[in-house]
Amino acid sequence: MTSFAVTKLVAAKDLRIELRSRVLINQVLPFAAITMVLFAFALDQDDLLVRVAPGLVWLATLFSMLVVVQRSFAVEAGDGALDALRVAGVPAQGIYFGKAAALAVQLLVLETLLFAAAFVLYSSRFDGAGVFLLITSALAASCGLGLVGTLYGGLTTGTKGRESLLPLLLLPVVAPVLIGATRATEAALGVGRISMQEGWAWVALLVTYALLFGIGGSIGFGPLVDDTA
Amino acid sequence: MVLGLDLVEQREAVRSRVGLLGHSNGLYTDLTITENVAFWGATVGASAEEVSAAVERMGLAGRLSDVPVRKLSAGQRRRTALACLIARRAELWLLDEPHAGLDAAGRDELDTVLRAATAAGAMMIVASHEMERAGALATRMVEVAGGQIRGQIRGQESGTP
Repeated sequence: MTSFAVTKLVAAKDLRIELRSRVLINQVLPFAAITMVLFAFALDQDDLLVRVAPGLVWLATLFSMLVVVQRSFAVEAGDGALDALRVAGVPAQGIYFGKAAALAVQLLVLETLLFAAAFVLYSSRFDGAGVFLLITSALAASCGLGLVGTLYGGLTTGTKGRESLLPLLLLPVVAPVLIGATRATEAALGVGRISMQEGWAWVALLVTYALLFGIGGSIGFGPLVDDTA
Repeated sequence: MVLGLDLVEQREAVRSRVGLLGHSNGLYTDLTITENVAFWGATVGASAEEVSAAVERMGLAGRLSDVPVRKLSAGQRRRTALACLIARRAELWLLDEPHAGLDAAGRDELDTVLRAATAAGAMMIVASHEMERAGALATRMVEVAGGQIRGQIRGQESGTP
């Protein structure tokens, strides 16, 4: 079976599991929503909230991503399915890209809802001029987060204390996504001092990040998973 | 050599033709029996008919096939895992303590399934501490210690699997 076919198969399986278990809706989304509300309480200034809303949305996304990544690998490790996939000779690249794609889709849904929450809670404004930039930056950031989340999720899945190890390893690595996505979103929403052109430069960073982790993950995921199994 | 392939040089090719069932079943507990078997069958391009046949052969057809794995008994989960091996068209089954965690009825049920699978052409290597139960299934038995064959208990070597 080709890696591309495995990618589609694994992504469809992961999304079906998510639809069945509704972890994103029942656990991740309430967690993200509470985080957004607490940000509003902590800052408590409308002008300031409007200005920092892009960063808060992406921070909430990163924190929520930790739950999604852990869940994504808990379903694999629970009954030894990931080990069984590798023992069965299923291509590691297909598993990696499939899980990353499913993760990216879930993050996109989460980001959409978080942006909607930001418009309601923080009174953020959006005139529509930067809609293409906003969508592109969200897509690029989600792909990057999906790829790096899958790589580090695979790395920590067989280790003791993985719940605390994953954030320690992952959060520093996703800092470029936080910075790039926040700047691009600021440009798209017209807050801060970032022009639309600068926003596209940050999107280029996000795309480069996703490409680097896509290449690195496709090479390293198999050996990492095999070694930690 | 395993199944005519070099285990060192052609490891991935060997893996795709070998089915391993250890202490865990390799199932997704949020998915139904049919969805699990279909997933594993799809990794080798199995058709919907092959998946249905595997589910039926393990006695999991009917209403049970749409039950999520998390709601199944240990014996039913074991049968689902074996259905996945059938759907994967595994030629050599490696079973590590397949009776572990099963009650007496579940063990008898599993033995029936394994006999049916071997009768249908599958080849099996079973690792077990339960000599009597494994002996009733086996055509050849060896004692293994430290990764080495220490002694022949029954049967004769008839070539590589």
